Amino acid sequence: MNWPCRLLALVRKESLQILRDPSSILIAVVLPGILLFLFGYGVSFDLKDSPICVVVQQPSGPAASLAASYQASRFFKVETDTVTSRCSAELVAGRINAVVVIPADFADRLAGGDPAPVQILVDGSDPNTAGLMENYLAGTFRTWQAIEAGAEGRPSFTPISVVSRVWYNPEKESRRFLLPGLVAIIMTLIGTMLTALVVSREWERGTMEAMMATPLTRAELLLGKLIPYYLLGMAAMAGTSAIAMLLFGVPFRGSIWALAGVTSVFLTNTLGQGLLISTLARNQFVATQAALFSAFLPGFLLSGLVYEIPSMPLPIRLFTYLVPARYYVPSLQTLFLAGDEPGVLWPNTLAMLLISAILFTAVVRKTPHRLDG
Amino acid sequence: MDPLIRLEGVSKHFDGQERPAIGALSVALEAGRINGLVGPDGAGKTTLIRLMAGLLAPSAGKIRVAGLDPVAAPSELRRVVAYMPQRFGLYEDLTVLENLNLYADIRGVVGAERRSRFDELLAFTDLTSFTGRLAGRLSGGMKQKLGLACALLKVPKLLLLDEPSVGVDPISRRELWKMAADLVSQGIAVVWSTAYLDEAERCDEVLLLNAGQVLFAGPPGRLTGELAGRSYLVHGLGGSRRAVLERALALPSVIDGQIQGASLRLVVADGAMPPSPVELEAPSDATVVATEARFEDAFIARLGQRVRPHSPYAERPAVGAAGGPTVVAEKLTKRFGAFTAADDISFSISGGEIFGLLGPNGAGKSTTFKMMCGLLKPSAGHATVAGYDLLRAAAQARARIGYMAQKFSLYGDLSVRQNLNFFAGIYGLGKRRATVVGRMVEAFGLDPYLDSDAGRLPLGFKQRLALACATMHDPTVLFLDEPTSGVDPLTRREFWGHINALVGRGVTVVVTTHFMDEAEYCDRIALVYHGRIIAEGSPDALKASARAPSRPEPTLEDAFIALVEGQEAAE
Repeated sequence: MNWPCRLLALVRKESLQILRDPSSILIAVVLPGILLFLFGYGVSFDLKDSPICVVVQQPSGPAASLAASYQASRFFKVETDTVTSRCSAELVAGRINAVVVIPADFADRLAGGDPAPVQILVDGSDPNTAGLMENYLAGTFRTWQAIEAGAEGRPSFTPISVVSRVWYNPEKESRRFLLPGLVAIIMTLIGTMLTALVVSREWERGTMEAMMATPLTRAELLLGKLIPYYLLGMAAMAGTSAIAMLLFGVPFRGSIWALAGVTSVFLTNTLGQGLLISTLARNQFVATQAALFSAFLPGFLLSGLVYEIPSMPLPIRLFTYLVPARYYVPSLQTLFLAGDEPGVLWPNTLAMLLISAILFTAVVRKTPHRLDG
Repeated sequence: MDPLIRLEGVSKHFDGQERPAIGALSVALEAGRINGLVGPDGAGKTTLIRLMAGLLAPSAGKIRVAGLDPVAAPSELRRVVAYMPQRFGLYEDLTVLENLNLYADIRGVVGAERRSRFDELLAFTDLTSFTGRLAGRLSGGMKQKLGLACALLKVPKLLLLDEPSVGVDPISRRELWKMAADLVSQGIAVVWSTAYLDEAERCDEVLLLNAGQVLFAGPPGRLTGELAGRSYLVHGLGGSRRAVLERALALPSVIDGQIQGASLRLVVADGAMPPSPVELEAPSDATVVATEARFEDAFIARLGQRVRPHSPYAERPAVGAAGGPTVVAEKLTKRFGAFTAADDISFSISGGEIFGLLGPNGAGKSTTFKMMCGLLKPSAGHATVAGYDLLRAAAQARARIGYMAQKFSLYGDLSVRQNLNFFAGIYGLGKRRATVVGRMVEAFGLDPYLDSDAGRLPLGFKQRLALACATMHDPTVLFLDEPTSGVDPLTRREFWGHINALVGRGVTVVVTTHFMDEAEYCDRIALVYHGRIIAEGSPDALKASARAPSRPEPTLEDAFIALVEGQEAAE
């Protein structure tokens, strides 16, 4: 019985290669680092200091007070003017995102009970930002209205008063759900991209042929690849989570065990996909492209990390069920922001296990006994 | 006793290929000897070795290796068979020792057995002082030896070596042969595949393959014996040997001819008399003497085809005057950090001369070659081509250079026509493009293949196309990088026929090669070692310098080894 010895030899060989090969370091350390940096500092779905223009057509007490409350908001960076023409030109030029026009008869219309006495113009070229702008601008107006009404001791025009309380992410900071989701992308890089790359490289360099001519079994060859990249993936998950928590202040409310368990299951998905690609492609260039388009981009775009799945068209929404990251991203967000929620974790984990079973059946069927199949 | 390997009616057919890679092969290979698997590229050598290693399943027929069926019992087979693929199977980012450890673990060689086996193998392969070096940083010869050591960790019954001598200089090649002979004396059967026909003579038993068919099976002496009394050398030809070769090949009695240094080597048809100097219109002091037959002579005779090279280049107008220096290297030096790859290299090549750069792996010949064709900038010294300085007037110099890389750098997925048009565009032929491409197509008979992908051409046509692409702008100087290594002898003869015609028009040819037969075509050879030229002269002069009582008729390979070893002793 010397299979443990053989397996250990393969794992040791692979680890040495990972440490020495610049492309492995690039994919396993440098790329995740850049992504963390981008998502931690660069990408944000929050509105902050968005440039707008407030046009006060005729000075009056309420108009000045409303303009001041826009200026006080941390969401906007406000310029004021007395005519619309310059501001709308700025809006067309894309230098500002919205124009709030407080009309000359603002005070009268307000007194007369007009529910929408201001005009809001929003740059709609980016629908996401436009929607956000519209809500925040209108919200600021309503808040001002409520405060004014309270101060004068008369009832607010809004018939129902909404007091919202945001759970799990009370500051509504987008990095708190983006960074946990990023772990999924990094696992995809390591599991699928790196694995596909190294296995196809062995085919290209002829080392796979040499290995096949030794007493190694197919199971040993496959495990010899799975184990080191599984460990690398877990290490990357731990590193990324630690950075998200310590550097970016993302809370972690679940348990380490649940995180390790769910991540292990997801890694079997990405590793299986990587092995399958490299077995079919046997060419580094094709394998990288295939990994990029079948794992990395879907993980990014179709996992619900960047775009909401419920707002996708039906065919795309159905397609997302095939993307393993779709199950992993919500699990991560739940573990980080909410805690061990069996109602979220179990269905997602079971779905990933199912995908793993399918992928590994394909890998075992497609891994050749000989060079010609 | 049952033979170690028995093949009965074995054939292997790959999808999408018309001709089977191996066609109905029946042969038995015995233990205790070196079995040569000899043939040009595409003959089916690798396929046959992979069939024996159980890495491919035969399309038809029966294989038994060491009493086992390689397809039904692969794991039992792999315990007794060691296989070294063409690219060694080494992990380049692991050290020598780490590679050995990996294979030892895989083959279950542990404890005291491992230590003693490592000591033996490291001594055997002369790698003891390199155990900490990355395999990727070893020279070609050392990689082969390490590959061999990895394959031999568990003493096998059968060792399969797929082209172990490719990319290996003559010195390492001789060492590898010694090692193989050692293994055979320990009772291991060795199968050694090679495209170099001269290696066949070193085998105990030869299986000569061509296009998937066996041309000959048996001891090599039996094949060369058939040719006894039919090989001749023509001496005393002076500068006219290329013209005489062309006339000799036109005679019906001559079935093969080749330039060998300053002489010609001719093989005559069965029962024919050797041609007289008068028939050859050779100088009056020329002599025709009988010589020992070589394996290659026999191979050509077996093939029953012959090349009557009539090169289209012969009819083209001359390129400048022959005689003056066209390629000059003056104190060329190239340093990579602290390492000096080429050190103070100077030579001058005249128009109409074939100049060879030879040397062991890593000696600096490729570096020199690259500086000469303007691909690498020298650290000191300078090079001129056709009067243009490669540094200051690189564009003008390059317009006069033709370059043909090893393994034909054509675009395999473009058609023949597209390749020709592309290179015509590169050389800026402009309006002359159609005429020039048309002339090349006609001259090289490429018409039937115009719309086939270059990658799918038969080898001979690939080579013609590569040469056409490299010469369509009528270069004054042609650089060739191992142009015919691994190519079958007929294709090689045709190729050198064209080169001879080019040289006849005053074109200068610079060749770098490991391949001694190619070196024999040169007028002059520079032997590069440790970045310096250690010997320069005609092939015959170099051979003469290696003459010793123990070696009255040294080959060029003997001369190469003697000169390098002499230099090593002096250092």
